[in-house]
Amino acid sequence: MTAAPLLEVEHLQLYFPIRRGVIVDRTIGHVHAVDDVSLSLGEGETLGIVGESGCGKTTLSRAIVRLLEPTGGAIRFRGREITRAGRRELAPVRRELQMVFQDPQASLNPRKRVGQIVGAPLVLHGVKGAAVERRVRELLGRVGLNPEHVNRFPHEFSGGQRQRIGIARALAVEPKLMMLDEPVSALDVSIQAQVINLLDDLQDEFGLAYVFVAHDLSVVRHVSDRIAVMYLGKIVESSPAEELYTKPIHPYTVGLLGAIPIPDPRQNRARRRLVVAGEPPNPIEPPSGCRFRTRCPRATDVCAAVEPQLTEYAGGHVAACHHPLNVTDAEIAAARRSPLSPLSSGDQLPQPHASLPGGDAAEVAAEG
Amino acid sequence: MARFVVRRLLSMVLVLFAISILTFLIFQAIPNGDPAVRMAGRLATPEQIAQIRQSWGFDDPIWQQYLTTMGKIFSGDVVSYTQQLNVLDQIKQALPATLSLSIGAGIIWLFFGVLFGLISAIKAGRFTDRALTVLALVGVSTPVFLLGAVALYFLAFKLTIFPNGGYVPLTDDPVDWLYHLILPWCVLSVLFIGVYSRVLRSNVLDTMSEDYVRTARAKGISERRVMVRHVLRNSMIPIISLWSLDFAAVIGGGAILTESVFNLQGVGQYAADSIQQLDVPPVLVVVMLGAFAVVILSALTDVIFAFLDPRIRLTG
Amino acid sequence: MTPAMSDAERLLDVDDLRVSFRTEEGVVHAVDGVSFHVDRGEVLAIVGESGSGKTVTGMSLMGLNRSPNATFRGRATLKGRELLSASDAELRRVRGGEIAMIFQDPMTALNPVQRIGDQIVEQIRAHEPLSKAQALDRSVELMERVGVPRAAERLRSYPHEFSGGMRQRVMIAMALSCSPELLIADEPTTALDVTIQAQILRELDQLRRETQAGVILVTHDLGVVAEIADRIAVMYGGRIVEQGTLDELFYDPQHPYTWGLLGSITRVDRDRPGRLPAIAGLPPSLLAPPSGCHFRPRCPHEFDKCVQRPELEVRDPAQPDHCDRCWLAVEDKRRLRVVDGEIGLAAKQGKVVA
Repeated sequence: MTAAPLLEVEHLQLYFPIRRGVIVDRTIGHVHAVDDVSLSLGEGETLGIVGESGCGKTTLSRAIVRLLEPTGGAIRFRGREITRAGRRELAPVRRELQMVFQDPQASLNPRKRVGQIVGAPLVLHGVKGAAVERRVRELLGRVGLNPEHVNRFPHEFSGGQRQRIGIARALAVEPKLMMLDEPVSALDVSIQAQVINLLDDLQDEFGLAYVFVAHDLSVVRHVSDRIAVMYLGKIVESSPAEELYTKPIHPYTVGLLGAIPIPDPRQNRARRRLVVAGEPPNPIEPPSGCRFRTRCPRATDVCAAVEPQLTEYAGGHVAACHHPLNVTDAEIAAARRSPLSPLSSGDQLPQPHASLPGGDAAEVAAEG
Repeated sequence: MARFVVRRLLSMVLVLFAISILTFLIFQAIPNGDPAVRMAGRLATPEQIAQIRQSWGFDDPIWQQYLTTMGKIFSGDVVSYTQQLNVLDQIKQALPATLSLSIGAGIIWLFFGVLFGLISAIKAGRFTDRALTVLALVGVSTPVFLLGAVALYFLAFKLTIFPNGGYVPLTDDPVDWLYHLILPWCVLSVLFIGVYSRVLRSNVLDTMSEDYVRTARAKGISERRVMVRHVLRNSMIPIISLWSLDFAAVIGGGAILTESVFNLQGVGQYAADSIQQLDVPPVLVVVMLGAFAVVILSALTDVIFAFLDPRIRLTG
Repeated sequence: MTPAMSDAERLLDVDDLRVSFRTEEGVVHAVDGVSFHVDRGEVLAIVGESGSGKTVTGMSLMGLNRSPNATFRGRATLKGRELLSASDAELRRVRGGEIAMIFQDPMTALNPVQRIGDQIVEQIRAHEPLSKAQALDRSVELMERVGVPRAAERLRSYPHEFSGGMRQRVMIAMALSCSPELLIADEPTTALDVTIQAQILRELDQLRRETQAGVILVTHDLGVVAEIADRIAVMYGGRIVEQGTLDELFYDPQHPYTWGLLGSITRVDRDRPGRLPAIAGLPPSLLAPPSGCHFRPRCPHEFDKCVQRPELEVRDPAQPDHCDRCWLAVEDKRRLRVVDGEIGLAAKQGKVVA
């Protein structure tokens, strides 16, 4: 990681109030969409954020680009605090912080020509006249579209091409960071690969940093330097990309990995899987202690009583679990509390395996 | 539910307050609007005018005039400037005609609007659909006064199938009541049938492409059942809200033209006459009555909505 | 064409199915000569991307896409009874009774303004002379069987009160309500989260074993296929380009499009490659598909013979159930499909605009 991170998020909270009342609305509860999340991202890096629907990943990404107002915590972009920045202060930041949305169909104005769509951010930032068109053609060519198609409308393109238009639009103002919210989820497999490769090339060429939000672990593997797994508003595990697959520590991560069907029948038949039963609980009144404990096969009393801290193991691998998998007692002993830990979490290290009734880390391994 | 009722009542008070003030101010701003001058007649002396002005309180500050008028409206003894008759009595007399016209027409336009809309949707793109589309366009774009006048001329005056306007109370003679209302009902309904059939047609077409309609077909139930239980029911939900708002508007004086053409002596006609004479109290009462009807009916619609669509909660 | 099998178990036979739709831009040949069969208790996966014709194929079997603008040719017989030419009344008996369907998006596939119970009861009563109370009792059993907790109580709920996974369970319960012999599941888990997907797939697999129904699984996800399918048909541009058993398709794929599909999947079980092998270009327009092989414009191994239409044939006598539509020689295919040590599609020479 470089000296000064491009993006720093500290203890970010975003609650959606639930209001009710006869005459005047009173807040009677909150949806804890993002609940004390900390992360950082260096220039030119990619952070994958993974989690199932309702885990808060999309809310988190929108809070970072300030499409939503954070409830608490801090966001710093290139060292500058933008958590509470007003419109005028945000303007230069917005230029460097672009967003690409999931549904290329819905995020492009159907009544505007491609040239106008891609050119809009340019015009907004003061580029004028023929320079706009020249730049638009250049951008279209760069994302693999025919530059002659500037006068076409979005509906004349396929889904994958529309996502390329969305990328060209984000690219127009030479951002430093792109928030990619499920950019390939709506696309066909063969087209997904094309778009991921394009994102890869653009990163190399322009030194872009990405925050790549996805709902499953298979796509982010190909793009991320680091991956964070979210569950019910919290980060439960975060590690260098490859390590998450070879050595998942949190039972939820293991469950997510196990749930993804492998396109290989023999391996599929051979592997034993930890199936995560049930469905995520209500984010209005999340479970006490560890939020995953209601679905976790390893949960014990301590999981209900104490919110697990994010424990930092060797190699910058952090996980919030009292009964971690795939780590030895020695590794636990060498671990320490990560500064990214939620403020409300306890300060005890995970319990050594001997203390878990019948517990053995090898029992439920990622692909065992 | 308590929250819903309280909120709706509050919003009703607000709406009535705002609309009465607005109406009152508009009449203050109209040139030649001084009621004292008009009441005094053409050959009045300035003294007479001043006297009227004083006895009716026209030289009080505006807010006080407003309060006095509103007080009179709610105590029931508000009197019109020109005829000096009790406005509420006048409206009570005119209301049966207006209610007869609007309720009858409301039923007719809802029924035929839905019928034509449904047929149009089922035959989408075919000749029947195109013919109905043209008819709907003609219906929507023909002004009521023209349609009413033409209908009266041919059907009442030339062919004498129908009576030449007028209103007979239901309690006097139900058959004659019906006989006198058929033409006004039809004339008033034409525009709405045109609009409703178009709205329903597009609703039905949208609903037919919904996944749950495909699911219904995949169950093996009859096409008729699919249309009625799954398509029509879901397509009707927006129509209901449209209908109740239009209906409220018609009750609140929206049928002025129809009432005038057919000389029904309804509320709308009363309002039209009063506006012509710049007579504030009746206009104020009619406008508030209309607003009241709109607010009440839209609250009722929301209740029906919540009943028809379980996803909607009554929240005000 | 279809490989011989013991006819005793044969449930569905589709022979040269062709479906086209008249549109304003011209005639769309959505399905162009598709043949396959489904036996009792087996899962046939129809794999393809959007526009490949896989969904249209499933819908055609139930007549769900009949319209004045649609033309159906060929034969599709369910236990000897012809489906494509069946009257509307006959079709109604088939739909929900003998063939049931599960759709992709459980969020929109249930009527939002009707109680769950009423929607299941409606299907049961369309096929069996039961009272409403009897049908409700059966609904409770079905819901319990597919793992909906507190079933009796939840029958009174509306769809929006259920999570996506629970709604899909309701759809499955509904599909099973009249003990169909064939189940068509159109992307049944695509809209669900992975942990829920795993639960639903497990459920489907178990039900298939219990009921011995044949299943057509329509999907784009080869991972899901590897999980529960017995045989696979890969569709591209309205045609089946390759068909065979699970292992044949995954370990000895014969058609370049299948190689491309296998190569471009992002996988959690392998180290990440520097670059994902993508298939260049776009799927063919079904209004004016290319002559000969539909995959030709995107295929790096195209040669002069590809302008002729290849038939779906067994090309390796050692694999009598395995057929494909590619002119390349079997030994060439086995050599060409290896890219960087894995099965994949080589990059196409020359420019292909995305």
